[in-house]
Amino acid sequence: MEGPPMYTASDLRKGLKVIIDGEPYIVTAFEFSKPGKGQALYRSKLRNMITGLSIDRTYREGETFEPASLEERVMQFLYKEGDHYHFMDNETYEQIIISEESLGETKNFLIDNLNVKVLLFGDRAIGVELPNFVNLRVITTEPWVRGDTSKADFKPATLETGYVLRVPPFIEEGELITIDTRTGEFSKRVKE
Amino acid sequence: MLGFSNGVNHSSESRVRSADCGMEGTDTRHGYGHGSHLILAGRKKALQQRARILQEIRQFFIGNGYLEVETPHRIPAPAPESHIDAVPSSTWFLHTSPELCMKRMMAAGYEKVFQICRCWRERERGAQHLPEFTLLEWYRAGGDYRSLMEECEELIRFVATGIGLGQNLIFRGFKIDLSEPWKRIFVKEAFQRYSRTTVTEALEKNLFDEIMVQDIEPKLGLRKPTFIHDYPAQRGALARLKQEDPTVAERFELYMGGLELANGFSELVDSEEQRKRFLMENENRKARGKPIYSMPDRFLAELDDMPPSAGIALGVDRLVMVFLDVKTIDEVVAFTPEEL
Repeated sequence: MEGPPMYTASDLRKGLKVIIDGEPYIVTAFEFSKPGKGQALYRSKLRNMITGLSIDRTYREGETFEPASLEERVMQFLYKEGDHYHFMDNETYEQIIISEESLGETKNFLIDNLNVKVLLFGDRAIGVELPNFVNLRVITTEPWVRGDTSKADFKPATLETGYVLRVPPFIEEGELITIDTRTGEFSKRVKE
Repeated sequence: MLGFSNGVNHSSESRVRSADCGMEGTDTRHGYGHGSHLILAGRKKALQQRARILQEIRQFFIGNGYLEVETPHRIPAPAPESHIDAVPSSTWFLHTSPELCMKRMMAAGYEKVFQICRCWRERERGAQHLPEFTLLEWYRAGGDYRSLMEECEELIRFVATGIGLGQNLIFRGFKIDLSEPWKRIFVKEAFQRYSRTTVTEALEKNLFDEIMVQDIEPKLGLRKPTFIHDYPAQRGALARLKQEDPTVAERFELYMGGLELANGFSELVDSEEQRKRFLMENENRKARGKPIYSMPDRFLAELDDMPPSAGIALGVDRLVMVFLDVKTIDEVVAFTPEEL
């Protein structure tokens, strides 16, 4: 059977991507140990790149791994249909579907025509990397009562994607605001 | 259970360092960057301390009537051991320890010898491992592993005093009391106390090393330096078996703050038995797809002349790590391989 060249335990290092039980994992911590006169052990912490869950594994000298080949492609978000999100490769115009479940939190910040980086494991999209800032429109929020100092500094607002966040009281319905996708928090008001 | 309490990731650290000493700098005569200079300059204190520790070690042995010897670094073949791989040097090898040559000296009538030398072991690199490292090895005629443990205690206390440390030292956050007597624990007892399995079970399931590394080592030498001793017979290829219980070898290891520092034993001086064990070790190597090493025939021919003795190897870099309370072996050497 031909495939990519295998890694052995002594190749293990932080950042290495390998296949375990058919799924891609990335090494997040690594320690070489060798008890007196004993065999070399490679203690590793690995994160499943699909589920995000971490596992601890100890490998012995000579154990081999299949490298996980992952591809990153720039794609445009086209539209949402039920819990299916449609994306298009900007170069090949090939279209793919990512489920709401695998998108996780990123679904909150997807607006039509947004360019994102899609991480592919074989044919399977396993992650979407968003720009750090996206602009989204406020659909509903309470009006600001001028001079009312009893209210808090923030109020809830619902965005066009259904995402709810806290915004400053002066933000009104229909306004466009910038969100930091890394924190999911309000960043600034966009002047139109 | 992975604590990674000492889990400094070496490869990433090294990569950063190598990146630092890239070719972009223009401030030196040689045209290389200055990043490596800064790292090297930052280690000056540690290297000064290291030099003092080496002086104290020498003083201890010279004061106790030992002869300092130097044996060749480059040898025809290392002693066959299952898990120790030598670095080839042309058709010969760089030694993995000076054991064979020093024992030949003992067989020739040298009664107390010590050596501080560089040794090489292939593919050993981690927070506590360098493929080229410094070993202190000493042998004493007439001694056994118990008297050797005592001498080991004396040496380390002598060095500690010599470099101005008191009775206690701090290493990895543990306050370690150096006053005598140090703690001693049987391997069997350590498995009972710190793991959910017995030595026999661990050996059968080929989990001895894993349990040692994950469950036992981190518990050893936290308050007092600790000797763990009486290893299963098959875990001491060059050690004498215990007369009262031939299932165990008269071998010990010294730990401080969970870090393995030394490995010593009552020496096997029976050439026939030694040859059998080497053959077995080579069998193990073969089974694991490792190269087998040629029989050290001269050593074996002379071994029967060696008086009952005890010998020990102590990792000097690691001893410096303990005294200086540093996390990685990189911090106690002038250059790591990645910095060359």
